[in-house]
Amino acid sequence: MSTPIKAFIPDPPSPPPAAAIGVVHWLRENLFSNWFNSLLTIASLLLLAKAVPPLVSWALVNAVLTGGPELCDGTSGACWSFIGAKARVMLIGTYPAELEWRPLAAGVLFAGVVAATVSGRCKKRVLTAAWPLLFVAALWLIGGGAGLEPVDQSMWGGLMLSLGLAAVGILLSVPFGILLALGRQSKMTGISSLCVGFIELIRGVPLITILFMASVMMPLFLPINLQINNLLRVQVGIILFSSAYIAEVVRGGLQAIPRGQIDAAKALGLSSWMVTLFVVLPQALRHVLPSLIGRCIALFKDTSLVIIVGLLDFLGMAKAASQDQVWLGHEVEGYVFCAVVYWVICFGMSRYGRSLEKRGPKHNN
Amino acid sequence: MKLVGKLLLSIMMVAVASVAMAGTLERVQQNNVLVLGVSEGVAGFSAPDSNGRWTGFDADMGRAVAAAVLKDPEAVKFVPLASKQKIVAVSSGQVDLSRGTTWTMKRDGKQGVDFTVVLFYDGQGLMVKKGLGVTKGTELDGASVAVVSGTTSELNVADYARANNIKLETVVFDSKKEAFNAYVAGRCDAFTTDVSQLASLRAGASNPGEHVILAETFSKEPLAPFVCHGDNQWKDLVTWVLYGLIEAEEKGITQANVLEMKEKSTDPVVRRMLGATGEVGSFINLDNDWLVRAIQAVGNYGEMYDRNFGPDTALNIPRGHNNLWTKGGLIYAMPIR
Repeated sequence: MSTPIKAFIPDPPSPPPAAAIGVVHWLRENLFSNWFNSLLTIASLLLLAKAVPPLVSWALVNAVLTGGPELCDGTSGACWSFIGAKARVMLIGTYPAELEWRPLAAGVLFAGVVAATVSGRCKKRVLTAAWPLLFVAALWLIGGGAGLEPVDQSMWGGLMLSLGLAAVGILLSVPFGILLALGRQSKMTGISSLCVGFIELIRGVPLITILFMASVMMPLFLPINLQINNLLRVQVGIILFSSAYIAEVVRGGLQAIPRGQIDAAKALGLSSWMVTLFVVLPQALRHVLPSLIGRCIALFKDTSLVIIVGLLDFLGMAKAASQDQVWLGHEVEGYVFCAVVYWVICFGMSRYGRSLEKRGPKHNN
Repeated sequence: MKLVGKLLLSIMMVAVASVAMAGTLERVQQNNVLVLGVSEGVAGFSAPDSNGRWTGFDADMGRAVAAAVLKDPEAVKFVPLASKQKIVAVSSGQVDLSRGTTWTMKRDGKQGVDFTVVLFYDGQGLMVKKGLGVTKGTELDGASVAVVSGTTSELNVADYARANNIKLETVVFDSKKEAFNAYVAGRCDAFTTDVSQLASLRAGASNPGEHVILAETFSKEPLAPFVCHGDNQWKDLVTWVLYGLIEAEEKGITQANVLEMKEKSTDPVVRRMLGATGEVGSFINLDNDWLVRAIQAVGNYGEMYDRNFGPDTALNIPRGHNNLWTKGGLIYAMPIR
């Protein structure tokens, strides 16, 4: 006979007081923690109450989604059918209608290579070969020649042009910028002063000036029968501009590598080229990855400046499309659409940059 | 900025001197394409349509010249040019012909371009609400007028008011769109800028029928296509193709009846222009069917105007000064003989 052992049965834990959890707590903690925050919260709520309903009714409730321009007359909402009608012009500009498949094919190739790069599953060697090949293929598809009917550069435009200028700009200005940064650090006075001079000259003038020089002034210096394509001149201008900035970003990374590492590598018998390639650069680039991505995003957005030299990129085409007699008065919809597309692309680049930082040195050296 | 401008000009001078000798006609014929400088999108003048084809008054003008020179109205390469580029692009030979631009002494005499024919007399005008019942600018005594800041339109309005001895209160805005919206919202009684701009803004308004553009204008903005300075052969050619289109309207030759007119007309002028007799085409280094092709491509001047600015379009700009001289306008072609 035994008395049952008294087991200790704890009371179920009581929930925290209502004020310390859930929505109420969150509100208190974040929005109404003191009188000043409460004031700000109320002011913001009032502002939102004033701004959001008209926005929603413009963008959604009263919006016209499909149909011709006549349906948009007289509505107080957005005319999204304008975007539908003008999508073609905003994407590929005034490219000839019967050859539309060519920029489309180039776009598919581009998306494929971007997907392969972002997935991180492809070998570095494959990617290094894929990008230059992509450019040759895309240039051939869009520009023609070698079996395809040539399409003049004046017909290239829209998002196709923006992406092309940005992609070529990034892929050429990064290596060029690294070379400039290394040159600036060089002990040979000729090379280093040349690099310093170039970087400071380019950084001293706005991009608009460079574009103007390339597009308006250069033709005046050239003989009349030597005509360098306007687009090529602008592209070179963008690359020069961007590489000067990238050089300074990379220099920051180079200076962060402790002198001891270089001495140690040399003591192991590495040549100075090998020290740079295998010890200094991989670490330096890793340090400056966030700012490098930032430069790339900035470069993509800078391409919208080319409208001032008469290249109708994505934004320029949206503007030009709103001048079509049949669709007058819808530039706001065009600009909203551009903003969304720019945001998606830039946000994508920024996320990719974060994932590169996280991937660690093993997969990305 | 001044210094840069001077530098640019002096460089331009040097460039112009070296360019003047080149033959544009030979270049156009050799490349079998006319390079036409257009705007980056101005409603009615040049803008891409939904299929990416350039349309508008300037685009039609280029197609007419291409039809006359190259026998193919589609042999035109459209190059969008920002307004800062357009003069240099022509004087440096990047484009063969540029869109209609205000003909000024400085551009003509100093900046290395030659103007051909004024095809559109633009000018500053007034827009008022229909309900106001105003038909003339002088009836606007005491009204408030929305203008865009930093432009000559502000000065022009003041001069106009003083000259007509009326009081106009100008309200200044930063951009055209802003000024227009203020006028629509009723903050101002009238809105003023160039007539073609007034029409384009009106067409984009939610209720275009509410607004009237008054017929009178009080500034000169004669828009004429221009070519490189010093190439007289090319300038003559473009000039006379454009005169041909104007003369065609005067003589009642249209896109539809041009072939019939060539066969059947007994008017010696019509027979000469359309190449049924004589050989006026050879005066500008073209064959005898030059004008027939141009009219077949885009119609006569009036048809070109109606297609892009006429009552059936969204812009609906009254002919006004752009009517034929025989109908009270300023459009006048020199005799073709």
